[in-house]
Amino acid sequence: MLNRNLQALENPPTEFEPLIVAFFCNWCTYLAADLAGTSRMKYAPNVRVVRLMCSGRVDPQFVLHAFANGADGVLIGGCHPGDCHYQEGNYKTLRRFHLLKRVLKQMGVEEERFRLEWISAAEADRLRTAVNDMVAKVRALGPWRAPVSPIPEQRKPVAEEVAA
Amino acid sequence: MTNTATTAAEKPRVAFYWCAGCGGCEEAVVDLAEQILDVVAAVDIVFWPVALDFKRPGVEAMADGSLAAAFINGAIRTSEQLEMARLLRTKSRVVVAFGACAQLGGIPGLANLWDRNSIFQTVYREAPSTANPDGVTPQTSQPVDGETLELPSFADTVRALDQVIEVDYYLPGCPPTAKLIGEAVHALLSGNLPPRGTVLAPDRALCEECPRKDSKPQDLALNAFKRPHELILDRQTCLLAQGVLCLGPATRAGCEARCVQGNMPCSGCFGPTSRVKDFGGKALSGIASLVGSTDEQEIIRILDQIPDPVGTLYRYSLPSSLLQRRRIGAKSA
Repeated sequence: MLNRNLQALENPPTEFEPLIVAFFCNWCTYLAADLAGTSRMKYAPNVRVVRLMCSGRVDPQFVLHAFANGADGVLIGGCHPGDCHYQEGNYKTLRRFHLLKRVLKQMGVEEERFRLEWISAAEADRLRTAVNDMVAKVRALGPWRAPVSPIPEQRKPVAEEVAA
Repeated sequence: MTNTATTAAEKPRVAFYWCAGCGGCEEAVVDLAEQILDVVAAVDIVFWPVALDFKRPGVEAMADGSLAAAFINGAIRTSEQLEMARLLRTKSRVVVAFGACAQLGGIPGLANLWDRNSIFQTVYREAPSTANPDGVTPQTSQPVDGETLELPSFADTVRALDQVIEVDYYLPGCPPTAKLIGEAVHALLSGNLPPRGTVLAPDRALCEECPRKDSKPQDLALNAFKRPHELILDRQTCLLAQGVLCLGPATRAGCEARCVQGNMPCSGCFGPTSRVKDFGGKALSGIASLVGSTDEQEIIRILDQIPDPVGTLYRYSLPSSLLQRRRIGAKSA
């Protein structure tokens, strides 16, 4: 999926379609997405959802990996504060989110590309609004291109622009 | 005389080289103290520009693979460093990335928050101490008296050594400790080597070998991040428990907690353990989750006491991080 997006970036279509990687928790936001689906709600198709047991499972490395490999934005969805199935996973996410947002800003990632939303299982409409709003904002920003090509699993020498 | 020459020829030949780094790694070799005599007795140092007068054509004349090992410290920033790294790779059977800069990009790697133009602009034009009325900046070639003088070019992006050549082993640290260097040299000489790509230090977190480990509370809750100069630090208690940002939980062990023993927090120079891809991301994960509040504004206020997140969390590892560098020219950041 990401590779396809990378190819698409190399041969940009006439209109830019943002690719948003979304990490949704199993107990709230993923169920909201499910509800949106069964309710036949329409929202932007630019989100690729990764279901995790808890938003607290979102290692900052996942977010960085997404940005390094072609995502234009990353959305994290979890239970409302106080509602975490595991008591306090979403609080840990909240703390990491705010520090990671500052790191991303220093790395040149615009603020609108990284978003945290509390969406309960009943809030399909809130999910739709959040996704549509984020897609519109990222679309306006244009594609995110990782500054350098991602490092493969086995690091290979990078042909460099040293002489440039 | 012939005898000495023969003995010298039979000893494994090694090279040391210094790329973008502060020279502390060279100093670390000298700090082997009397151990260095064992090293010198066991190997033949054929190239070590900082200490001995060897020249590049000498290395170029060597047969490919004729060096047992090259110890390269420093990150790769200029075309000269790139050429020397490639040359030493061709001539050496084993290349060791020596120290944090070669392994991860190191402190010079923080330049990846800027690019060549902005660095030149600051250093050669804008810095208050700069007097440069003609606006001279380094050029790769310059005609002088009918001849052309050349300088190495300066890259936009600082690289870790394994991003430009294949690296066989890594000696972590800023700089690596004498103990680890000694062990690495012994392993090389005995041929008793771990798998290629190994970091030659224990694969566990620094907290495991920290003398203050027992004073680390089960549930840490940080309500403030203080910098070491802002309080008088107790010499026995876990530094995180005292509210100082110590990266021990995310950093590889092997330094014997030297900074902590000097009553300073770990700043992460040994880099990540083998399970971690992005040191700063993992350190961020551990540190941020310790913030002792559930209120969003309070959390932001506490985290704001870390003034420079990238410079703190990626102090030694920005070039080898997942994003590697800042994207210049982003719209709102």
